Amino acid sequence: MDRRNFLKNLLLVISSGGIIGGLSAGAWAKIINKDYDTTKHNYGMGIDIDKCIGCGRCMQACKTENDVPSAPFYFRTWVERYVIKSDKSVIVNTINMGIDEPSDVFTGRDVLRSFFVPKLCNQCDHPPCVQVCPVGATFKTDDGVILVDTKRCIGCRYCIQACPYGARYLHPETRVADKCNFCYHRLVKGLLPACVEVCPKQARLFGDMKSIASPLGRFVRMNKLHVLKPYLNTDPKVYYANLDGEVN
Amino acid sequence: MKDFFKRLPEQAVRVVTVFIVLVAILLVVWRFILPPELKDHDLQIIATIEREADKEVKYAGAQMCGQCHEKELDIKKNGYHRDLSCESCHGAAQKHVDNPTDVKPTSPKKRDYCSFCHNYNPSRPTGFPQINPDTHNPRKPCITCHNPHNPKPPEPPGSCVACHAQIERTKIASYHALIECTVCHSTPEKHKTSPRTVTPTKPDNREFCGKCHAKGSGVKGMPTVDMATHGEKYVCWQCHYPHMLGGI
Amino acid sequence: MEAVQNFMELSKQVVGFIYPNEIEIHWSILIVVYPYITGLVAGAFILASLVKVFNVKELQPTYRLALLTALAFLLIAPLPLQLHLGHPERSYEMFLTPNLASAMAMFGFVYLWYLMLVLLLEIWFEYRRDMIVWSSESTGLKKWVLKILSLFSTDISEKAIAFDKKTVKTITIIGIPSAFLLHGYVGFIFGSIKANPWWSSVMMPVVFLFSAIVSGIAIVMLLYMIIIPLRGGKIDMKCLDKVASFLFYAVIVDFSIEVLDFIHRLYESEESIKILGQLVSTKLFMSLVVLQILLGMLLPLGIMVIIKVFRLQDELRRLLYFVCGVLIQIGIFSTRWNVVIGGQLFSKSFRGLTTYKMELTGIEGFLVALALLIIPFVVLAILIKLLPPWKKEELAGG
Repeated sequence: MDRRNFLKNLLLVISSGGIIGGLSAGAWAKIINKDYDTTKHNYGMGIDIDKCIGCGRCMQACKTENDVPSAPFYFRTWVERYVIKSDKSVIVNTINMGIDEPSDVFTGRDVLRSFFVPKLCNQCDHPPCVQVCPVGATFKTDDGVILVDTKRCIGCRYCIQACPYGARYLHPETRVADKCNFCYHRLVKGLLPACVEVCPKQARLFGDMKSIASPLGRFVRMNKLHVLKPYLNTDPKVYYANLDGEVN
Repeated sequence: MKDFFKRLPEQAVRVVTVFIVLVAILLVVWRFILPPELKDHDLQIIATIEREADKEVKYAGAQMCGQCHEKELDIKKNGYHRDLSCESCHGAAQKHVDNPTDVKPTSPKKRDYCSFCHNYNPSRPTGFPQINPDTHNPRKPCITCHNPHNPKPPEPPGSCVACHAQIERTKIASYHALIECTVCHSTPEKHKTSPRTVTPTKPDNREFCGKCHAKGSGVKGMPTVDMATHGEKYVCWQCHYPHMLGGI
Repeated sequence: MEAVQNFMELSKQVVGFIYPNEIEIHWSILIVVYPYITGLVAGAFILASLVKVFNVKELQPTYRLALLTALAFLLIAPLPLQLHLGHPERSYEMFLTPNLASAMAMFGFVYLWYLMLVLLLEIWFEYRRDMIVWSSESTGLKKWVLKILSLFSTDISEKAIAFDKKTVKTITIIGIPSAFLLHGYVGFIFGSIKANPWWSSVMMPVVFLFSAIVSGIAIVMLLYMIIIPLRGGKIDMKCLDKVASFLFYAVIVDFSIEVLDFIHRLYESEESIKILGQLVSTKLFMSLVVLQILLGMLLPLGIMVIIKVFRLQDELRRLLYFVCGVLIQIGIFSTRWNVVIGGQLFSKSFRGLTTYKMELTGIEGFLVALALLIIPFVVLAILIKLLPPWKKEELAGG
């Protein structure tokens, strides 16, 4: 077969393939949600380390509100305690829902600083977990929350590997990835996430960055903010005030 | 096109035919047999958002309780627990809101619940009221003396220890053990009720410490320094931690 | 629950601090087996391509064996993935709504492309003439199986066979980058995770690829040495020496790249170096220093250098090649283990190490992994029975 004919036929095959592909493209859809407009909100959380007393009510409330397995190996949110000693060594542990015996290790004269750090999914603006999900089961909503589609997640655990903050886990019963979603079912009803609701010291503040006035609005104005692992460029939306450099 | 197929050897025609048949089957399945929910990612996102939004709410939120329990709210709203959500202690109460007569929230009446927050833990931020459960009225339920809705202590705290336990435990093992806090920190009475807005003072000049520690101060056994040369321009506590003198 | 009981015990073995959700090691032995298998596929195919594209005539006896080996392992490759998924029944979603930003999403497409348009096509065109001839010589079921496999083709003229040869060469040329993609994307899956400094590296796809080539060449070499005598043939020493030569060069390149990565890490000494150093010297000492480096790379390298320098007898060379092949398989499997499991043994807080407790039974246990490694050889045996790689004359001659 000569070259010209070959090229002519190749062009024909490619164009007909393209037309067939185009005909098969899916329909576009806009996301509209009953009487709650997702595009009018952008949620974030502020955490003041100087206020957290490590009582663990947030951990408990989250498990209650979201039916998280009660075993201490699955957490949507947890609180870490840091003890920094004068020899620069750092001891870290996850508190046990507030039932914590402060052992003598943490009370010596060589303790320089000691504090609690609540952790949760940072609902990043550039979420690495969304990037790696092979089926698009986890995604970012217009109101800034990262959700997991539990009906479509195939349980490959790539998102759990990709999360730099250890925020995700595999739900032992449903076998899909799970994580904090700012109690999304409460947000759409105008309620606060459960952890924010029960915090006795208002160490956790919640807000809609698109609203004119919110506790978070004041928080981001009055505090010098930190986020976890900023060098990874995930753009977290959980802002920490008075965060010690040893926290990672 | 026919030319192309005529010039192709017989085996290639067979292979190409098999492939065309396979591709055609796939396209037919995809276009006509598969339902749109499987193919359209936007539809899946909408379905997930709606499914998440419909989840059951367990915590009713601080606004709800006061609508019926005005008396308790009145007691609570000016006390130390004014920022504490009712559900932090009484547990998730949405079921109670839906069915107030038949479903009652829990009410922690023993000592164990208050200890989540108020047991002494050195990692808690200074200023948070904490007790040693072994010495502070052991075995008596906390609510015997403290109304949980307005937990004013039966006697006002005699010393700063009640809220500044960690500093006290450090100071008590230092050379300043017998110096009252108020000697160096003049504390307005209002600090006991609005601790973050009305704060005690700190000595703001070197002469204050010099009253005891300057050469020639006349107090026997006191370490003294020449105030004119020692410590450059700094106020004494900028180098010496006064709560932990002797050692580090 | 049993899982909780296991976690309770595991948490006692944690050194330092790990995020509470990290107690569960998510990518288990099955995810170690998968890149090992696709590595063998890619490596075997590269060996085959040396014959057809780079015209290394001495390797001709291994050509068909390499193709069949690649096919046997490729057919089993999706199994460890399916067994590992939380919801394997939903895996079709990767075809319908793949997330184009995700490297894992391309698995289905790359796999199908490689299986249908590279490997099966190449095997078909390579064996077509023989299938027609064998079909006419056989009876019963075998006759019909071969007839159907050859798509009822009948033309075995000179012209048709020349077309077949040309097509095979074209497919192989397309196949080389396809093989790179088939295994390279797995390396990218790990290499693109910025959250994990043990995985995140631009060299990861390259390291994966070269260790794949090493393991693929070694497995074909081993299979050639085992199967030819089993079929009553004589090992072609020129061929074997050539295979070992390529294996030698591949090991050198692979080793250099890994050493480069290691030196680079130590030199830059980033934040994670402390915990990674702890990881290598405690949890991964056996599998990395001993199995991967000493036994899996340095020892085979040493043996092959000796073979190249000294003139040894055929029998001794065969024995040494065999030892090398086995050591390399162990080494490359350890490499996969160290990457996959090693990357999950340290906390992303960089403050602690955990332990991987591999179950014996259970869907992600040792026995299942072992079965997944044995089944491809069973498949290969069936393929060899159906499509023998060597004619009687090839077996007899040297």
